[in-house]
Amino acid sequence: MSSIIRVSHISKQFKEIKAVDDLSFRVEEGDVYGFLGQNGAGKSTTIRMLLTLVSPTSGDIEIFGKRLSGHRKDILQQVGAVIEKPDLYRYLSAYDNLAIFAKLSGIRPERDTLMKQLDMVGLAERANSKVKTFSQGMKQRLGIAVALVHDPRLIILDEPTNGLDPQGIADIRSLLIRLSREMGKTLLVSSHLLSEIELVANRILIIDKGRKVVEGSATELLDPSRTIVQVETTDNTAARNKLVTTGWAACLQESSATLRLQMNKADIPVLTSDLVGLGISVQSIQPRHSLEDYFLSLTTPNIHVDTVTN
Amino acid sequence: MWTLLQIELFKIFRKPRTYLAFAIIAAFVFLIQLGLLVNGRDWMKFMMGSLDEMMDIEYSKLINGYAVCYFVLNLLLVHVPILVALVAGDIVSGEASMGTLRLLAAKPVSRTQIILAKYFATGAYVFALLVWIAVISLVVSLAAFGANDLVVAKEKYYLQVEASDVLWRYFSAFGFAFIAMMVVAAISLLLSTLSENSIGPIVATVGIIIVCTLVSEMEIPIYQKYIKPYLFTTYMLGWKGFFYIGSDAENQTIKGSVENLPAILRSIAALLAYIILLVSASVYIFRKKDILS
Repeated sequence: MSSIIRVSHISKQFKEIKAVDDLSFRVEEGDVYGFLGQNGAGKSTTIRMLLTLVSPTSGDIEIFGKRLSGHRKDILQQVGAVIEKPDLYRYLSAYDNLAIFAKLSGIRPERDTLMKQLDMVGLAERANSKVKTFSQGMKQRLGIAVALVHDPRLIILDEPTNGLDPQGIADIRSLLIRLSREMGKTLLVSSHLLSEIELVANRILIIDKGRKVVEGSATELLDPSRTIVQVETTDNTAARNKLVTTGWAACLQESSATLRLQMNKADIPVLTSDLVGLGISVQSIQPRHSLEDYFLSLTTPNIHVDTVTN
Repeated sequence: MWTLLQIELFKIFRKPRTYLAFAIIAAFVFLIQLGLLVNGRDWMKFMMGSLDEMMDIEYSKLINGYAVCYFVLNLLLVHVPILVALVAGDIVSGEASMGTLRLLAAKPVSRTQIILAKYFATGAYVFALLVWIAVISLVVSLAAFGANDLVVAKEKYYLQVEASDVLWRYFSAFGFAFIAMMVVAAISLLLSTLSENSIGPIVATVGIIIVCTLVSEMEIPIYQKYIKPYLFTTYMLGWKGFFYIGSDAENQTIKGSVENLPAILRSIAALLAYIILLVSASVYIFRKKDILS
């Protein structure tokens, strides 16, 4: 398997702010590479550097085995991207927008080809409608059609589900899976939502304050033994006091105002019966996968609870 | 490059704002033509002042299509830069504020090509605008008022140009005006590459034109000597030179001549230098720019 993207020690300084700090990663052919980080973590700046919109202060980027700085045109011919919001020419129709970006990508497709592309994202019936009449979800889908119009080898999607309703999110997710599994595309997808990325990505990079926090396969990183479990009881303080006297004490997260434990997801039934056994009235037990929790799990020791002793 | 230019033209001419300038010009010229058609004689009599008492003036011949067009151009060409700025000021910054600039710049086309295509497309818009002015101010005026000799005022005397010697002067004047307007377009383009909203470059271009015009009109020696020669506005009204017909030693006008051709050519050279400088600066800035919009 060959590297499609190879980023080596890139940094970007905007006056006093270091948006990206010595970041390195690789995306292999066929990967759906999840690029995670909270808002302002440096994801968009990194993506903009990959697309030559922003020049790195230092470091090197290779795409398809070629240096980006010297082979910009060749490389970008094989890259499709949606960068943050899918802003398009509002006063033009969906068809005209697609035709313009197809030409800019160096191809001159027939009308049928463009219509098929619009059909793929469910916009064929609105081909002649002006983009200003589109909902956010429709714009997002059109943005993806624009990114795919020239059949690129690498697709870069920056927050592709931003502003979408649950159905729109599900549609985008199935499209990404289809692009990867059926069409063999390499995808780099950024998001601040771990729940979005874990459903599609096979490899994940998490960045924070412009620096790499962790990189690895989704199965490694989303280790169920490090799940954060949030427990709601009728009296959380009393419940905490009882739990600290048990084997669950090591799993308790002290900084949390609510009752949270870092534990193996598989041990939830054991926890439930222990809580009941301690006379605690449980209202809900919820495993959480928000990025914030995940960051917390990365910065605290890995604790796996096999047995519980009273 | 040709594809990019086609795309830019398509975008400009599909934007409703583009046609605003054409509508404004049509309304303005129509009002002047209507006014001169109804009240032209009285107005011309007023303009001639004491000359009217000193000689017998044939006003019916004086107010003709060529004269009306000349009058329109004198009023209009001062304001056309605002209409040019309306489109040129928006050409990069408008895309930045709309969010399409990042899509455009992430495509396999060079940034130099993007800027040049945008400038040439603006040039096509300026050309279309001037053709529109020519059609409605020259063709319509000739149809409404007929053709006759053109009398133009220059400082303290009048010059009479034979009707058969006028048309080429108009073509030359429009050609000159095109170059002058392309300087305005280049200023707007430069400001547009520096901004992320359209209003700033449009207002700034108009501001620059107003300030430079005022400074070049001021009869203050230090301005006249050290600043005026470097202001583009000093050269922008050079189109009038084509209507200043040359004359021989007996003060007889020479058909097909202009009084001071070298001055016109110097003005053209100065305007072209401005264009090269401003467009080069735009290309340089845009190539270096981090696109964060």
